[in-house]
Amino acid sequence: MTDVRARAAAERAARDSYGRLVALLAAQAGNVALAEDALADAFEEALTRWPDAGVPRNPDAWLLTVARNRIRDVWRSAAHRRSVPLPDGSAGAAPDGARGRAVGDPPAVDPFADVDPFAIPDRRLALLFVCAHPAIAADVRTPLMLQTVLGLGSAQVATAFAVPPAAMQQRLVRAKRRIADARIPFVVPDRAAMAERLPPVLEAVYGCAALTWRQDGRDLAGEAQHLAVTLAVLLEDEPEAWALAALVTLSLARRRTGPFVPLDEQDPAGWDEHLVAEGEAYLRRAYRPGPPGRFRLEAAIQAVHTDRRRSGATDWAALRTLYVALDAVAPSLGGRVALAAVVGRLDGPEAGLAALPAEPSPAFQPWWAVRADLLARAGRRDEAVAAFGRAAALADDPAVRDHLATWARVTAAGGPT
Amino acid sequence: MRYTILLHYPEATPESLGEEAWAEGERAFSAYAATLHAAGVLVGAEVLQPSTSTTTLRTVDGALQVQDGPFADTKEQLGGTFVVDVPDLDAALEHARQAPNIGWGAVEVRPGALYTVDGVWTPNA
Repeated sequence: MTDVRARAAAERAARDSYGRLVALLAAQAGNVALAEDALADAFEEALTRWPDAGVPRNPDAWLLTVARNRIRDVWRSAAHRRSVPLPDGSAGAAPDGARGRAVGDPPAVDPFADVDPFAIPDRRLALLFVCAHPAIAADVRTPLMLQTVLGLGSAQVATAFAVPPAAMQQRLVRAKRRIADARIPFVVPDRAAMAERLPPVLEAVYGCAALTWRQDGRDLAGEAQHLAVTLAVLLEDEPEAWALAALVTLSLARRRTGPFVPLDEQDPAGWDEHLVAEGEAYLRRAYRPGPPGRFRLEAAIQAVHTDRRRSGATDWAALRTLYVALDAVAPSLGGRVALAAVVGRLDGPEAGLAALPAEPSPAFQPWWAVRADLLARAGRRDEAVAAFGRAAALADDPAVRDHLATWARVTAAGGPT
Repeated sequence: MRYTILLHYPEATPESLGEEAWAEGERAFSAYAATLHAAGVLVGAEVLQPSTSTTTLRTVDGALQVQDGPFADTKEQLGGTFVVDVPDLDAALEHARQAPNIGWGAVEVRPGALYTVDGVWTPNA
């Protein structure tokens, strides 16, 4: 293990432990913000006490006990305020403490009574389901997961989403208030509700990974993978969760810095063999008899690409089968465009162009990139140059933009078509 | 914890809807109330008269204005409310999705803040 990796692993272990504590405190209190504040206080107290008194034998248990007492203090003071009668005529004006449990109302029974701080149960799965609850706005689900479960700072989350820190902070605060005010329960849905509740959780984790593929979210790539694997491990036996872990891990294995190189031109020697093996192992865990789900198909597509490392050639026919199946299970414009590219490799560029869906509006960058490539391969040079230019203009990633602009020039100059 | 389930839907009459569909709607509302009651969660419910019977009051420039018609003139109007007392939002949503108008309107679930007991405000919890 390299130094960088060892450091990342240590940091992650520390943040995992943080995520576990937040999850437990939030689940017991029904309030994420209250749990985070109490834990922050506990950490602060640790920093003043531990240097003199020494680090306790079980630091997590110590932090949990202090944070739990802090939450009880908040409840006691809220109860005290509550016991003061409301002044006449103020009822309609929603007096202090009128917002459900948001201000930290004490529950009837102390939820911490049964918690043994020396055997901290893992409630992160329940917290993940709260973060991706249907009553939480879709665009804040992934940020909430990153902050509460993975312990990332809100500034870091804001950077990843290219949102001003204050705006992200406000979104997160609002979502946490909503969790407490509307009393979203901290539970893992039962089997009957799982089919409906799991997809948004997978989607939010996938969204975190997709973010790191699209833009310069390189710091977050490992986090997305860790989140996907954590979800799969916690769910134990959910094939689509393991498939998502495989998909994210295999994509991470191919991660590279520097100029953009299209997947089929990448040198497999540069891929991370440990991550490839890890991703393949997850994909095997995702196997079930019967029709595969969306993430298993997407992971299998990734596995076909990384298998070039072993076989030396891309199995385009297997990719066609997988993309056709994906189109049946989870149709998307991106999937159809990718299928057209595969058809172009198997049946020739004109067949690929025929397989491309009609020009999408608003413009879709991959559509233009694939069309440009197919036109170039078909020897339709002028059209190809124009399409490469369009694809370059639509690209968010500067490395992709440079690559496409270069191709536009190469094609215009009569380059290798 | 109390939640109010607010039903919004386009207003209809037995004439516009047809007697049979109207009777079907009435049966659906009866069954819904009976289900909530049997589950032991129903605090109270009310189906409102059409918004054409509504009178809206407000103060404009210091003077009371009394106006014929609803507060907001929208295609879908508040048609009824059900107050349920359940442990959490998931339970409230589970009841809300059974609402009779789910196929032809919006069902809003809103947690309560305070409610009165013998005229005295009590926090919702």
